[in-house]
Amino acid sequence: MSRRFVVPKIDSSEITPESVYLNRRELMRAAGLGLSTMALAAAPLTAASTGSAPRPLDFTSPEGEQFSSSEQKTPYADITAYNNFYEFGTDKDDPARYAKEMTIDPWAVEVSGLVLKPGKLNLEDLLSGFDLEERIYRLRCVEAWSMVVPWIGFPLADLLQRFQPLSTAKYVEFRTLYRRSEMRGTRSFGSIIDWPYREGLRLDEAMHPLTLIAVGLYGKTLPHQNGAPLRLVVPWKYGFKSIKSIVSIKLVDRQPATSWQSLAPREYGFYSNVNPAVDHPRWSQKFERRLPSSLFRPNRIPTRMFNGYEEQVAELYRGMDLSKYY
Amino acid sequence: MGSVPLRSVVFVLCITPFIGLVIDGLNSGLGPDPAEQVMGRSGQWALRMLLLTLLVSPLRQWTAWSMILSCRRILGLFSFFYASMHLASFSHFYIAWQPSLLLDELIRRPYIAAGFTAWLLMLPLAITSSKAWQRRLRRNWRKLHRLIYPATLLACLHLLWQARSDISESLVYTVLAALLLAWRLIPKKGSKGTL
Repeated sequence: MSRRFVVPKIDSSEITPESVYLNRRELMRAAGLGLSTMALAAAPLTAASTGSAPRPLDFTSPEGEQFSSSEQKTPYADITAYNNFYEFGTDKDDPARYAKEMTIDPWAVEVSGLVLKPGKLNLEDLLSGFDLEERIYRLRCVEAWSMVVPWIGFPLADLLQRFQPLSTAKYVEFRTLYRRSEMRGTRSFGSIIDWPYREGLRLDEAMHPLTLIAVGLYGKTLPHQNGAPLRLVVPWKYGFKSIKSIVSIKLVDRQPATSWQSLAPREYGFYSNVNPAVDHPRWSQKFERRLPSSLFRPNRIPTRMFNGYEEQVAELYRGMDLSKYY
Repeated sequence: MGSVPLRSVVFVLCITPFIGLVIDGLNSGLGPDPAEQVMGRSGQWALRMLLLTLLVSPLRQWTAWSMILSCRRILGLFSFFYASMHLASFSHFYIAWQPSLLLDELIRRPYIAAGFTAWLLMLPLAITSSKAWQRRLRRNWRKLHRLIYPATLLACLHLLWQARSDISESLVYTVLAALLLAWRLIPKKGSKGTL
């Protein structure tokens, strides 16, 4: 057969592991940065390009009251200090402490599955290839606390359309980065999550105008602990659906398995729409603490159906028994 | 060290986590969600004090240091103190002091029922912890105070039941509790049973 064109066999030991490759890029960038800093010592400082410290973004504010909120915004300090990001530990302050260990530049998101043009997006494409908007959304955690967050991002639909979903695509599966060396929570001996963290949406939920890919908050790029460099935000669902630090988006024809659902199907359904009428085995979902809360003013408010986005999204679930499809 | 200085030291150590909470509370060191901090820290200290209470008897046997017995009441009472704080913060932050909601939570969530029962079992122990009650109840005092065993088991169950994705911490507490309880099953010579 094609004897003359034998592909040279590469010994597996010769292949540079991705982690080393990434580290090399990091070193080169660090070296380059050192040089440019010296060269520009007298010039005014430009925005640092380390990709780690949040930097300002250009964005617009869209028309439409559903994209904004008159409620008091949760302060930046609280949004960035109180997080659930179990890859870095289960305490609320673990992500703020340890997520810095995650390399977010270089970053690539792979879009695959039932699309006409599968491909990758890198960090630069994400930050400059889409029209960024500010969306002020309520975020309701299944643990019965909530925040009001000014995200910066673009509709997930804009991203998906670039890759041209096929008509056979019915669901979208998302995955978070899984890099043990940089994520201490995944190394904990008692951790029972099957990493990487996975989430999913029905395609019509994914294409809904409220569904956002966030790359920033409060006008700047996302801090690591909030899911840098890009995360999903689905404001009418419990917070764990809004998967962080995404590396893979796959269009599929069957409902994908999600991390929490696999762990405890009775507690976490695929839909996980905010619903005060459907009780959770751990926490009552009738009320929430709007953060910041304080000792003497707990700020306990009633939870609203679909987190207050009923008018926009109820149509998606017409005819479905939401106590069954929780 | 005499028994009075020893007890003073233990008292100061036991109240330190509470002082820490108060200081954090005054300096907004409890973060945007004090409910979680107060709940978490008070529950943790209640269980830690409970385990320390159970450690007193084995320690006395191993070290023959009988003065340590005088600390047991302080440790037990502090465990109850932190457990009560845990229950109070739940009542304040989660159910806004509504008894009907408490009932609802107890019925729907077995882990809350387990924790609440543990607190209920500790209540008579706290009330009868004084010397006067010890005299009044005589032999029954010892029997009554064995309720600390089921209370400990329920407290561990309360913790294990709510572990979600990482069970390391609750496992550590449960293994320690199991060891302390198992020690009591070992027959000991010349002893009519200890607490």
